[in-house]
Amino acid sequence: MIRLEDINKNFNGKSVLKGISAEFLPGVINLIIGASGGGKSVLVKSMVGLEVPDSGKVFFNDLDFHNLDYSKKQSLRKEIGMLFQGTALFDSLTVEENVEFPLLMFSNYSKEERMDKVNSCLAKVNLVNVNKKFHSEISGGMKKRVGIARAIVMDINYLFCDEPNSGLDPLTARVIDELLKEITQEYHITTIINSHDMKTVKDIGEHIFFMHQGQKWWEGSRENLPMGQASNPELNAFVKASF
Amino acid sequence: MSFFTEIGRYIIFMSFVFKRPDRRKVFYNMLMREMNLIGIDSLLVVVLIAIITGAVTTVQTASQLTADTGFLPPNLFPLELVGSVVGSSSILELAPTITCLILAGKVGASIASEVGNMRITEQIDAYEVLGINSAGFITLPKILAGIIVIPCLIIISNFLLILGGLLAAKLTGVMTIDQYINGLRSSFVSHYVEVMLIKAFVFAFIITSLSAFQGYYTKGGALEVGEAGTKAVTRICVTILALDLVVAKLFL
Ligand SMILES: Nc1ncnc2c1ncn2[C@@H]1O[C@H](COP(=O)(O)OP(=O)(O)O)[C@@H](O)[C@H]1O
Ligand SMILES: [Mg+2]
Repeated sequence: MIRLEDINKNFNGKSVLKGISAEFLPGVINLIIGASGGGKSVLVKSMVGLEVPDSGKVFFNDLDFHNLDYSKKQSLRKEIGMLFQGTALFDSLTVEENVEFPLLMFSNYSKEERMDKVNSCLAKVNLVNVNKKFHSEISGGMKKRVGIARAIVMDINYLFCDEPNSGLDPLTARVIDELLKEITQEYHITTIINSHDMKTVKDIGEHIFFMHQGQKWWEGSRENLPMGQASNPELNAFVKASF
Repeated sequence: MSFFTEIGRYIIFMSFVFKRPDRRKVFYNMLMREMNLIGIDSLLVVVLIAIITGAVTTVQTASQLTADTGFLPPNLFPLELVGSVVGSSSILELAPTITCLILAGKVGASIASEVGNMRITEQIDAYEVLGINSAGFITLPKILAGIIVIPCLIIISNFLLILGGLLAAKLTGVMTIDQYINGLRSSFVSHYVEVMLIKAFVFAFIITSLSAFQGYYTKGGALEVGEAGTKAVTRICVTILALDLVVAKLFL
């Protein structure tokens, strides 16, 4: 479970996150949706420690992330996986080495144990026979899968995905969505996905947060999305524009 | 951004770089990779430049010493002097400085764009999310590799500069090989070699650290990565020449 308490963030005097409070539960797909520039990426970066909020707190269960001492923060970090928008695969490493990397740095497994783990993660994301390829030699959808495999290789409890569908064709996008849902349910992890893709909302969204100009504008389940109601014109406009 | 803010940022960056590496084995592999990239890939250009520069210096110095300007009687200086001028200036100036200016263009630009690319493709963020000190993880192997390999390149360059001069003497006939070698021998100062090595280490550190710094703070896209490369080269060259003077003043 992840809980946000009144997160605020400014860049050069411009307020990008305005008093965001929220709770994200494990085992379900938590979707943060909203137009580009609404602050979704900054919010996720504030949760994983790539940005530090100006005020507010981020709790992982009961741990106040930004106020943990160094070693506690390091051990919490091992429970966090992240899939980056551009996948952020290490381009000097092969597919296999990319997935192995977190284990190499932080586990005491032997080479065989690491390779077992790597191969089972690659199988989990349906990637076979690409172990020795470099990231420039595989397709966009495959890169996302490698990114997912690298994110989950450490037995994580929290998974963050920034626009997992960006740059993918619609079919591949659905496959990645389903994969994320399957992983979330099977491992019962807290998954937070940034997206501006309404298809994702319809297919796998369970708990939905709509961000608008740095604020949490609406929150609820997919069934309660106020389709066509006059009460929330900003959300309506976003939903409508996607069809 | 002002000159002093940049220096401040560089110092802060370096304070992150010098922390103990997380995993020895991983660090060792990265170090080997960097030594290959810096050393092997630059060897050919360093060799070529050294031989040519040595030859040119010999021919030109000979011409300068024998030129009839009407001010001094011609043939006032023995031709041996050419050997000693080429020898001393190779050790003191040409080997460390020319080599490092070349390496600024080759190694510096490639490190800056490599690290810049890691920044814009979020690879640096990926390290940070894992809890890895990205500045150190990326930069320390490069600096260490530079400090090991670049002085070797400079020593090689030094030999080839002198060899280039010798070849020029033989091929153009401006002087005999005996004259050249006698000149070299008679004016050898071993302290100059120490100064050369000091320059080698200082310049190696500047080339690798300044280029990584420039790449690390890249913002934007492919265009900015290219800019980081060019900026790194200019800054490294200016810094090297400034420090060249400082080292010369301090140690000669
Ligand atoms: N490092 C930064 N420095 C300055 N402004 C930033 C930075 N990161 C994001 N912003 C600004 O914050 C706003 C929200 O950005 P972002 O979170 O990337 O939006 P989204 O992911 O919803 O498209 C944008 O206006 C963006 O320009
Ligand atoms: Mg974004």
